[in-house]
Amino acid sequence: MQPLDIFHLRRRHAIFFFLVLAALTYGAILVTEYDTVRGLSAIPRAATWALRNFIPDAEAFARLPRILDKLLETVLMSVSSATVASACGLVVALMGATTTRLHPWLSLPARGIASIFRNIDVSAWALILLFSFGQSSYTGYFALFFVTFGFIVRVMIETIDEVSTESVEALRATGAGYLAIISQSIIPACLPQLISWVLFMIETNIRSATLVGILTGTGIGFAFDLYFKSFNYSSASLVVLVIVVAVLLIESLSNAIRRAVL
Amino acid sequence: MGVMTHSGRIRVRPLTKANLSIQITLIGLTLLTIYSFSTFDARNINLFAALGEMLNNFRMLFFEPRLKNTDWAELWHALLVTIGLGFLTTIFGAIIAFFLALLAAQNLAPRWLAQVIRAGTAFVRAVPTVLWVLFFAVSAGLGSVAAVLGMTFHSAGYLIKAYSESFEEIEPGVLEALRASGASWWQTIFQAVLPASASALLSWTFVRFEINFSTAIAMGATAGAGGIGYNMFMASVYYLDLRELGALSYAILLFAMLLEWLATRMKANLGAKG
Repeated sequence: MQPLDIFHLRRRHAIFFFLVLAALTYGAILVTEYDTVRGLSAIPRAATWALRNFIPDAEAFARLPRILDKLLETVLMSVSSATVASACGLVVALMGATTTRLHPWLSLPARGIASIFRNIDVSAWALILLFSFGQSSYTGYFALFFVTFGFIVRVMIETIDEVSTESVEALRATGAGYLAIISQSIIPACLPQLISWVLFMIETNIRSATLVGILTGTGIGFAFDLYFKSFNYSSASLVVLVIVVAVLLIESLSNAIRRAVL
Repeated sequence: MGVMTHSGRIRVRPLTKANLSIQITLIGLTLLTIYSFSTFDARNINLFAALGEMLNNFRMLFFEPRLKNTDWAELWHALLVTIGLGFLTTIFGAIIAFFLALLAAQNLAPRWLAQVIRAGTAFVRAVPTVLWVLFFAVSAGLGSVAAVLGMTFHSAGYLIKAYSESFEEIEPGVLEALRASGASWWQTIFQAVLPASASALLSWTFVRFEINFSTAIAMGATAGAGGIGYNMFMASVYYLDLRELGALSYAILLFAMLLEWLATRMKANLGAKG
């Protein structure tokens, strides 16, 4: 039998892979009714339009205090929802992780609930929670809370199982109680990772909060929507600028904290 | 190392820089959280009554789902549109990102060029996707064109960062050997860089597909992109129909869980390979 040419085989695999991708892409274009020509021609038009209209003017800067106020509201909501959800998530993760669960039966419900919370998108949660909380800050708060909670439970279960097996065994051998093991070994060992994930969720939540704000009429998302839909593009562009600065500042702050903590 | 303190107890955890930073961060987060509750815009909502109502709403949502204003065929088609939107923007973003990431990797491109592209992508990523979509809607009109453009922009920004970091992990010796043997720039890319980083690129792209699927739902709800997000928006804001919203939620939940399962499997496979 002739030996297989590995390069030939690899090339054939690659060609097959890209053909499948191309077919799927074509299918996606058909199903979404995306018009490629219109899409390409819109980019230069958007650029020239932005240079002419999407620039903050004096009138927009007069609104800056009010915009910053809304931004603060959104940032605070992102921080507090991420913090509270992570604290709750840590408790549920302790119930779900193999080394720390109180009973094997607790593991599955803990993982299942977390999975439902994180796999329903934050915008869908906002639409659901509008029924109970209306257009108040609570709607956005709980939407961010649920998604963060689901995410933190998942990553903390992984972290707890990674860091804790040996130290837990050692502490158990000395006769330490359950709470002592959790508070003296597991939580200190997981805390740097937890903080890193909380910071990641704060960054994510600021972007999500902008989106949710458009749906619930709160925070910086609402400010953008309001100016944008009343064709006040210079003020809307200032809102975008303010968001960019805030996101970049928070990203570099959390990177600095991560470097210090990990 | 244990240190005796005034009270005679042994301090188990020494006060290192890392421990101090952890404590300051925790205190800071707690203070910000407490302060944030005082700025809440509650709009006359009684929190405890509303929480009770929320549980009742969850019961209707999860245990009594049914369709009224849409039928099953429409639901699956809407889900398909949302998946298509997520897929399309991931592919477009990945193609753009691949070429720009080559120029953003410090071991493949001049330093100044890499830094310029990095700064540009940091800006693109800092603007939330919904704002990109609404921005493009001014010249393209609300609909799938604006959604595809806006989501592609943000995906490209995300993937350029991820790809270029994967390229930078390649052994410098491999590149040096190829360069020394007279290989052209494109030859080093296709013979060394691409084979070595292919699995990392694939898993980053899949992560982005997961993100884009949920973004596509959100764009249907907020930016007129169509798909299942639009049906959810109508069920919630116009028909006030929790049971229909429940059925739609199950559809997105199902697909999102499938994606998550695939991603976990992919990660396990990658881990096994190296």
